[in-house]
Amino acid sequence: MTAPLLDIRNLHVALPEGSQRPYAVEDASMRLGENEILCVVGESGSGKSLTARAVMGLLPAPHVRVEKGAIEFAGEDLTQVSQARLRDIRGSDISMIFQEPMTALNPVMTIGRQIDEVFRFHVRMSGRERRERALQLLADVHLPDPAQIMGAYPHELSGGQRQRAMIAMALALDPKILIADEPTTALDVTTQAQILKLVKEMQAAHNTGVLFITHDFGVVADIADQVVVMQGGRVVEAGPAGQILNHPEHDYTKALIASVPSLSPRPARPRAEEAVLRIEDLNKVYRGGRSFFGLGKETRTVTAAVDVNLDLRRGETLGIVGESGSGKSTVARCIVRLTDADSGRILLDGEDLRPLGRSALRAYRSKIQMVFQDPFASLNPRRRVGSIIAQGMRLQGTSAETAREKARSLLEIVGLDERAFNRFPHEFSGGQRQRIGIARALALDPEVLVADEPVSALDVSIQAQILLLLDEIRERMNLSMVFITHDLRVAAQVCDQLAVMRHGRVVEAGPTAAIFADPQDPYTRDLLGAVPGKDWHPPQAAEPA
Amino acid sequence: MLAFWNRFRRNRSAVLGLGILTVILIIAATANLFYPEDPFSLAGRAMSPPGENGFLLGSDSLGRDVAAGIAHGAKTSLLIGLVATLVAVFIGAIMGAFAGYYGGWIDDILMRTTEMFQTIPSFVFAILLVAIMKPSIESIIVAIAVVSWPGVARLVRGEFLALRNREFVQACQTVGMSDLRIMLGEILPNCLSPIIVIGSLMVATAILIESGLAFLGLGDPNIMSWGFQIGAGRTLLRSAWWVCAFPGIAILLTVLAINLVGEGLNDALNPRLRERQ
Amino acid sequence: MNHSARRLRYVVKRLLQAVPIVLAIVVLNFFLLQLAEGDAVDVLAGEAGSATPEYMAELRAKFGLDQPLLVQLGIYLKNVLFFDLGYSFRHEMPVSELIFDRMFATLLLMVSTILLAVGFGILLGLLAATGLNTWRDTAISIFALITYATPLFWVGLMLIVVFSLNLGWFPTSGMENIAAFHEGWDRVFDIAHHLVLPTITLSLFYLALYTRLMRASMLEQSGQDYVTTARAKGLTERRIVFVHVLRNALLPVVTMAGVQVGALIGGSVIVESVFAWPGLGMLAFEALFSRDLNLLLGIFLLSALLVVAVNLVVDIIYSSLDPRIEVG
Repeated sequence: MTAPLLDIRNLHVALPEGSQRPYAVEDASMRLGENEILCVVGESGSGKSLTARAVMGLLPAPHVRVEKGAIEFAGEDLTQVSQARLRDIRGSDISMIFQEPMTALNPVMTIGRQIDEVFRFHVRMSGRERRERALQLLADVHLPDPAQIMGAYPHELSGGQRQRAMIAMALALDPKILIADEPTTALDVTTQAQILKLVKEMQAAHNTGVLFITHDFGVVADIADQVVVMQGGRVVEAGPAGQILNHPEHDYTKALIASVPSLSPRPARPRAEEAVLRIEDLNKVYRGGRSFFGLGKETRTVTAAVDVNLDLRRGETLGIVGESGSGKSTVARCIVRLTDADSGRILLDGEDLRPLGRSALRAYRSKIQMVFQDPFASLNPRRRVGSIIAQGMRLQGTSAETAREKARSLLEIVGLDERAFNRFPHEFSGGQRQRIGIARALALDPEVLVADEPVSALDVSIQAQILLLLDEIRERMNLSMVFITHDLRVAAQVCDQLAVMRHGRVVEAGPTAAIFADPQDPYTRDLLGAVPGKDWHPPQAAEPA
Repeated sequence: MLAFWNRFRRNRSAVLGLGILTVILIIAATANLFYPEDPFSLAGRAMSPPGENGFLLGSDSLGRDVAAGIAHGAKTSLLIGLVATLVAVFIGAIMGAFAGYYGGWIDDILMRTTEMFQTIPSFVFAILLVAIMKPSIESIIVAIAVVSWPGVARLVRGEFLALRNREFVQACQTVGMSDLRIMLGEILPNCLSPIIVIGSLMVATAILIESGLAFLGLGDPNIMSWGFQIGAGRTLLRSAWWVCAFPGIAILLTVLAINLVGEGLNDALNPRLRERQ
Repeated sequence: MNHSARRLRYVVKRLLQAVPIVLAIVVLNFFLLQLAEGDAVDVLAGEAGSATPEYMAELRAKFGLDQPLLVQLGIYLKNVLFFDLGYSFRHEMPVSELIFDRMFATLLLMVSTILLAVGFGILLGLLAATGLNTWRDTAISIFALITYATPLFWVGLMLIVVFSLNLGWFPTSGMENIAAFHEGWDRVFDIAHHLVLPTITLSLFYLALYTRLMRASMLEQSGQDYVTTARAKGLTERRIVFVHVLRNALLPVVTMAGVQVGALIGGSVIVESVFAWPGLGMLAFEALFSRDLNLLLGIFLLSALLVVAVNLVVDIIYSSLDPRIEVG
């Protein structure tokens, strides 16, 4: 290997006093070569993002700072250079793209001006020349109608377009290094695939060295040349992508890779005859902004569900998959009656729930319960865990004593200590909170559990545990489950049946294994094709963590 | 509670404010003890400068003791400020809660009403209300409350709007909890902090409005107040500056102290801000 | 969609939204009038000293006061539409005429106050935020904290004590020296001279408000992601503060400037009465003393309409600063 472009040696990033640990990054070393993509992988809190920011000199000063170590770029130690020199380097030699392109762009400045700034601050060029270069850049990242995009504001573009514009801006001066901090995490899977392709294409065209921060091993498999695995601020393993992905050495890497759900669907189980829940011709249109006094207002409508038909049999898990805006969450909300559908039937054991009023519905409430996505928003921060779980039972008329008893036993079922009963939600981690949420949903002995993206806010190792728990509970309590997810890997592991949604319609439905093996709808094929790391088959460890 | 005090204590100016406020509270509580006489009564020689003829802060053209007026005025200001704020917070919280939780046409009607009340120049409206109802302590409280609630309504609506879509509220809906119970038992406890903060800042504003009304001659004629003292003393500016100056300082210190405490509460109750510091 | 076309639609929408608010204010005004003890005829009768019940009934019929409430409301709405706000028996003039006579003085005071308060507020806030935790920031913050807590009328009186009575720099009251019969530029300077103290008094509180808001807004915006992006592009801190952060930070300040106009009118009542500034506030103060409710209500209605109008202007300014305005 030739001399590395970027050589990080023994980097220590100190956290302010009183933090949970003294160093966010401790003794981290890594090298990035020319024309190479180095992926830094880790879960939240691993220090991967701060490592990237340290390179750019963008640590949140004055609290977080580089204490020891060197970041050498082309013979210069970036931790030692002056602010002025650092400014010269930023944007021209090293540039960066971020996770959330909406907030990373200035909302009140046109895309054109934001790109133009890069030129103005680094090179001498006429206005005309700058404009031509900017147009060329926008065309290079495959944005349609570059002239129009130049004059547009960030909110007028889609998420994918914004990230493309960010990439154009970052590559404006042909930097030697591009730092990408989870650039596809906020995007839908098909968009993510396009952006990854673009990053690779640009990297190859310009011989750029890319430092790519991600939590997703699928993404790593798709683009990485070299991989660094971080845990708790330390580098635990580093090496060529093929070696790390297929023959991990370190226990933590092994456990992480083992937690990545496999894309091969689990073996099909015989399907029960008895239908528990049937959705027939469900329709839902959101009408926005129509108001009583609102003269001259336009009404905006969003079609969230069109003639949706679903069929959930006893004991099975039905997955609803789709990208954002597909209507999958709306369908879930209609089923638990958080949202009123416009028309159609929601048949639970043959009884149509849709027309029922609030009081009539109360008797059926307990039969369908929900597990929510966000473990932090789904528990009332002012209530004790015991009361959160027992609340529903008390409302249904259970005595306080019985409800308490049952809440304790539920805590045990979801794998929490009984002492959790008297604690407040903020004392628990994300995964533990999700367990509490599951216990609450189970408290009323439901027949159907609707889980809306229950693991998408969790780290991959926690995700695996929660999926395992859900499966276990479904088996043990003979539950039927509706499982909403955007992640086809997760769907492959937990769902017996699948319904693929797009723009409010079910485009394809059937047994999971059948859909994965032979997708009929072109959109389903796109979705499957966009799954990151689809050609990589993680070595299955004997014991998943 | 202790943790809360420790957080509050970290803001030194808030502790200073609390100190000043405590002194003013003590003055208000002991007014009758030190100045048992009616503050409107003649207490000695007219137009005495501060420190002379036994007047700590001087006397006015009718020989009324400025210091006695300030001590009794403290009671008036604090009482009106507090009661008017409580009434305003009560009205505002109910309006805001219903508008935020139910949305739709209820929100539309309530918020357009709020908007209208915010458009109306509040001090002019207060003057008008007191003038129509005849000046009295009750009418002043009603007037201040009527012009102050919209701020609370907007705040509470915003909080309810955000919390109503939180998943823990949806979880309560899926077990069939009644709306009223969700609003009172689940959402309200989660937005108490901002309500307390805005309430404390509103007490300061209410005191300013009250003093302005009294200055214009719209105070309760039977009750001593700081604004009245300044209004009565303005003709003496040339000869007896102290009649206006000291009550004004009293208002300034009180309002300042309450604002400091309010900001301290905000820092201590708002965890997001705490992290930023 | 074309940006300017979108902005135009937004303005039209805001204009239409103002209509029900204006209507509601007029209706509220009508009911306040009903709430007040006695009607115009009682006042007239009181003025005249003696009036027979028959004569009063006749008068009521003439004014439509014997009609059902809703019909009266209709008459009132019609009158307001033609700027007929009733008659002030004290001044023996139509209310609308009285108001228009005094409007200029108030508008002058308000415009100079807004310019001073918003301009210096933004400047001070910017200075405080850019020198975070230095003596500059501390001094500005303490200044803002104290002026924020000071009652307007007291500031006015104390300024008179210091600058008029002791130093003799500025006149104590009035809008111009009428006895001097100034003309042309002399008159302009004379009015400007009289304007200084009232403007400072009225603007101090709002200056404090905008300073605090601007400082907080700057700090909030400096923590946003786009600032990190700007830094990652290699821009100078100067450029980041003055181009990226400033424009975003101005948005809440502009919004607040609109919201505070109503309060400003309330403040002008006090300031005008302190400095005997012959504007609407002074007129309201006089009306208050002579219990001329008709006039007071007229002033109230007009000031509310003024706020609606200013809010519209602010909305238009805002829409040119923020491309994200929603039309839908």
